[in-house]
Amino acid sequence: MRRALLAVVLIAVCLSGPAAVTGTTSHPVTFSDSGPEPQLSRIFDAIEKNRLDAALEQTEALLTQYPNFRLAYLIKGDLLLARSMPLATFGNANNAPKEKLADLRDEAIARLKAYRSRSTTANYVPRYLMQMPPDQKYAIVVDTQKSRLYLYQNDTTAGGRPRFVADYYISHGKLGADKTREGDKKTPVGVYHVTSSLPIQKLGDFYGSGAFPLNYPNELDRRQGRNGHGIWLHGTPSNTFSRPPKASDGCVVLANMDLEALSRNLQIGLTPVIISNSIEWLSLDDWQNERSKLRKSIDEWRSDWESRDTGRYLKHYSKKFQTKDQNLEQFTQQKRQVNASKEWIKVKLSNLSMLRNPGTEELVIVSFEQDYQSNNLNNQMKKEQYWVREDGDWKIIFEGAASS
Amino acid sequence: MPLLARLPAVLLGLVLCASIPLANAQTLPDIQRLVKQNQMPQALEKVDIYISTKPKDAQGRFLKGLILTEMGRPADAIAIFTKLTEDFPELPEPYNNLAVLYAQQKQYDKARAALEMAIRTHPSYSIAHENLGDVYAKLASQAYDKALQLDSSNTATQTKLSMIRELISTSSKPGAKTAAPTTRPVAEAVKTPAVESPPKATPAATPAANTPVEKTPEPVATTKPPETKAPVSAAPESAGNEADVNKALHAWASAWTHKDVKSYLSHYAKDFQTPNGMSRKDWEAERSKRIDKPGKLQVSIDDVSISFEGEKATVKFRQHYTSATLKSSASKTLVFVKSGGKWLIQQERIG
Repeated sequence: MRRALLAVVLIAVCLSGPAAVTGTTSHPVTFSDSGPEPQLSRIFDAIEKNRLDAALEQTEALLTQYPNFRLAYLIKGDLLLARSMPLATFGNANNAPKEKLADLRDEAIARLKAYRSRSTTANYVPRYLMQMPPDQKYAIVVDTQKSRLYLYQNDTTAGGRPRFVADYYISHGKLGADKTREGDKKTPVGVYHVTSSLPIQKLGDFYGSGAFPLNYPNELDRRQGRNGHGIWLHGTPSNTFSRPPKASDGCVVLANMDLEALSRNLQIGLTPVIISNSIEWLSLDDWQNERSKLRKSIDEWRSDWESRDTGRYLKHYSKKFQTKDQNLEQFTQQKRQVNASKEWIKVKLSNLSMLRNPGTEELVIVSFEQDYQSNNLNNQMKKEQYWVREDGDWKIIFEGAASS
Repeated sequence: MPLLARLPAVLLGLVLCASIPLANAQTLPDIQRLVKQNQMPQALEKVDIYISTKPKDAQGRFLKGLILTEMGRPADAIAIFTKLTEDFPELPEPYNNLAVLYAQQKQYDKARAALEMAIRTHPSYSIAHENLGDVYAKLASQAYDKALQLDSSNTATQTKLSMIRELISTSSKPGAKTAAPTTRPVAEAVKTPAVESPPKATPAATPAANTPVEKTPEPVATTKPPETKAPVSAAPESAGNEADVNKALHAWASAWTHKDVKSYLSHYAKDFQTPNGMSRKDWEAERSKRIDKPGKLQVSIDDVSISFEGEKATVKFRQHYTSATLKSSASKTLVFVKSGGKWLIQQERIG
């Protein structure tokens, strides 16, 4: 009787969320089975089947492997307690702070859900990774709601198609995502990159096996008035395997072993870290479709520039366009003047990057090496543009020299 | 600490048996009296003398363990009980007491292991079950502390585990109300299945060299000391008897497995000692009800050893029981008597 009750309680905890993506019956080869999730999943299976002795054995084995895994201790406590009394809930510690129990329960749900929907990565790609430039080996995409970080490799042989490498459990801000203010204990949502690697010797134990600062606030954040600083990817204290899903002051926190694995694939100043509330997944067809449309728009913008027809060229710019120091009117005036003196213009783009900004606004951060040649001026620069979709067409809303 | 608060009938039985004075007059009742009067150093002295004359005696050593516990010498007591579990692995009481001592030292993993052993040998051992429940709760609370990073120092309440004061299971005095305090008939608690393997032929008995059991009227007189597994009095013709007893034993298990209540009950002698002094009628009714339950049932037997004493055969074996709701395995003893050419069960007990 008491066993049945425990099982019911735990099942309720595990199954209370919808599966992420349906209809994926093929056998993916790419998803990772690293970390404690497979074992955790087996333990909960055993509990559902009322094989509590097996569950306890597996939990003890899990703890041998991950001695500081607090969630496993909670499960162990329940499984032991179930032998001496009926259980009412998941995590039956007397007088325990409710928030701490809720934290561990959330961690259990996050890990199990991620594991059960892991086949997503075999058939879908994150919408944000539209185009990685050839020199960028990897990209990181974070799903704060799922407490998950996904590592993708840039498959240059397949035209920059993102290939799934691994995924890891993460913690984020205590008060969630969408950071806007200093001290709001939220994790920013946007397209960032790692700016440096902080040496372990300079860090306290709190940051675990390393720390990688992100470039929050980026240009877009500043334009939208968001502030704050010190958003990092980092590890966990030595006595802690993992922290609850919502635990940090805004940083993205990984288990030390996961951070170490991840850090081997990080290119400082280059590897994008895209943080989303909830990743949008596209089938490969849809992804291909979406990226070629934008590429076409970018190429039209380039050839219209070469045409020296300022009207055609300016069609690609939004009414809300703004550079760091010009609005559309000022920009238009300047372009007309410049074009008047041109007999010919040649523009070549290379190392194109297109990363979609997570969120409801359809905005893509585009950057490239621009090689500009004309009868009276040659110029090479790295340019950054923000493209937004207005009435179905891609338009430029910001343009400037890339900051890095 | 109310150590000797409860002295059940069993101990009384033991006392009676042991009251034949030995040469040096260090009898267990004398020592127990000293314990009762809380004269521990004297009791320890006497029990040491007693043990020196009977180094293998489980009762004496068990009592010494208790005395050491009372004297606040847990390490020494642990050593005594540990040795007892090694020498008499089928006795649950030393395991239990070992567990209590471990639990007092907050070594709950060790306590758990010991209690699980106690229950493996005696599945219906209610004190060990209660203690184990308590130890599981303690272990759970330790796990919770680790899970939630709580400071366990302020939650360190003492355990309420019970020390066993008597070696109950060694007493098989007829009619003694022991072994299964849960009032279930022994067999029921133990669950067991079919007889797939042919009866294991125990080697023909050889005269046991040093088994002075019958001669010294120790408290444990009615059962053999556990370490003497070899047949006690082996006559050459016992080989034939042995095959017959083995056959009877497996027929009994088979009848049980097949839920053939009539055949099952026919294996019990008229003077079968029913548990808890039940009437034969009530007992038969209860057995019928228990055995004839829906669902699969499997009773199997192994590790059989048989010893003869005239027309009486004491059979020790492992019984494996599987039903729809329960699975267990335990050591059991059946005492068969020969009656009208048939071997029938006169006593049935765990251990």
